[in-house]
Amino acid sequence: MNTTIMLFLLQDGITNGAIYALLGLALVLVFAVTRVILIPQGEFVTYGALTYASLASGQMPGTAKLALAMGIGACAFELFVARKALHGRLILRSVLANIVLPAIVLTLTIYFAAQKPPVAVCIALSLAIVAMIGLYLYRIAFQPLAHTSVLVLLIASVGVHLAMQGLGLLFFGAEGQRGPAVLSGAFTAGSLRFTGQSITVYGITVAFIVGLWLFFGLTLYGKALRATAVNRLGARLAGIRTTLSGQIAFLLASVIGALSGIMIVPITTLYYDSGFLIGLKGFVAAIIGGLVSYPLTAVAALFVGIVEAFSSFYASNYKEVIVFMLLIPVLLLRSLAAPAVEEEKD
Amino acid sequence: MSALLSVTDAHVAYGKVEAVRSVALEVGEREIVTIVGANGAGKTTLLSAIMGILPLKGRVNFAGQDLARLDIEDRVAMGLGLVPEHRELFVTMNVEDNLELGAFRIERSRARASIERIYTLFPRLKERRKQLAGTLSGGEQQMLAMGRALMGEPKLLMLDEPSLGLAPIIVADIFRIVTELKASGVSVLLVEQNAQAALKIADQAYVMELGEFVLSGRASDIAANERVAASYLGFEHEGASAI
Repeated sequence: MNTTIMLFLLQDGITNGAIYALLGLALVLVFAVTRVILIPQGEFVTYGALTYASLASGQMPGTAKLALAMGIGACAFELFVARKALHGRLILRSVLANIVLPAIVLTLTIYFAAQKPPVAVCIALSLAIVAMIGLYLYRIAFQPLAHTSVLVLLIASVGVHLAMQGLGLLFFGAEGQRGPAVLSGAFTAGSLRFTGQSITVYGITVAFIVGLWLFFGLTLYGKALRATAVNRLGARLAGIRTTLSGQIAFLLASVIGALSGIMIVPITTLYYDSGFLIGLKGFVAAIIGGLVSYPLTAVAALFVGIVEAFSSFYASNYKEVIVFMLLIPVLLLRSLAAPAVEEEKD
Repeated sequence: MSALLSVTDAHVAYGKVEAVRSVALEVGEREIVTIVGANGAGKTTLLSAIMGILPLKGRVNFAGQDLARLDIEDRVAMGLGLVPEHRELFVTMNVEDNLELGAFRIERSRARASIERIYTLFPRLKERRKQLAGTLSGGEQQMLAMGRALMGEPKLLMLDEPSLGLAPIIVADIFRIVTELKASGVSVLLVEQNAQAALKIADQAYVMELGEFVLSGRASDIAANERVAASYLGFEHEGASAI
């Protein structure tokens, strides 16, 4: 093989790997804080991507309506749980956050969809819509189960994935879509050609990782999230609500998912069910990181991206198989290195 | 004077096993109350239930409010603090972060002042402020757990076996700090197996045996009671007819 091809493949792998890194980090975060293995992470990717692509081509994305419907559901849940201690401020806050907010976003979406909005508006609306879906999803599907076992949460997670994928088909149809590049233009360095889009991918990934690092290291809420991950009871005794941490984790995960989708959709055509496989590759990276280590997950994600790029060149029929086969030696090594760990109780 | 904490007819059960049966307890303002008793008497269970970690049947009133519908976080916000037996620290975070998170519900400017107060109370923690909580010695971890709970500005601090597994010199230190807390206006509910030391600093005391209180009264009276020795060693079973 010649160097040019190798460099091309490396570049391709790193671009994909950067996105898997973001998704993997989100998975580790959500698992550490809520013990949910976030299978619907891939749906956040698809929803973000296809909402963005639909808006850019002047169509009305159904996800905006879904956000409002889920918001109404979340509000009902919240008021039902608090039914014995209802007071005005609580009701007002719940209605504002769960109904008024998505209603405003829906109105904006309807208004802008009719007139092919600029890229920045599409991005902002897509992020807002998917972020709300993530937040309400936690409220509806996972918060009521917060005290159950990892297995129950996993089953719920699979259910949510299937439901969201079905809704994705309903909203976006079976046809694939592509969106406009976030940053157009390109330049060449030696034999490599860097498109604006791939630069965007690197830039946003690095910015996000640095941002997360600062958030977890310096801010009170970031530390509270880590505290919940380290010791749930300890966090509660310090007055940190597990549900608040869970909401922040899901919010971050859905924003990361949507952002990844928006970065991918100008490069690859995405279908309503494409997110699942993309999310799974983030999951492979997260597993290599043991579902606990952020740096290991990020490195593993780059590795997964590179392996994928090379296997799609040499054995494109088997590229998924090869990527997922990576898991076998990793799991084998991990199970040999660490004896079975009993599930945390609280 | 109405009590800061009053528990009436409390029952706590694990499934069908009742670990705590019809217990009544009062803690007043600026008071140290201790519950002594043998291992397995139900002391930890009772504290956990008062904190809301375990479901409790009965009434718990704190600062004039019924706690029945409030969860752990609300109780913390009301000024009820617990230093649990296993300390439950954030072991992969440093001392200062642990303390800072203890004041999660408190205004930022006040929290910064509290940290300094905790550091004067526990100078050891100041020396180790950037060290991970998991790498501290047992005594230091106990100090950190107390410090973290105090950061939440509790009106009542519940301490579960603070002396467990610690060197005598550190135990003495911790008991001294408990009396200092009382002087600064914090009430303390202290659960201890080391009854002698606990009774020395407490105002009121309860003796717990097999899930029930068998004796209660002024700590000095309890300390003078010859049945107490038998009770906290756990081989006395005529409990109910005690007083």
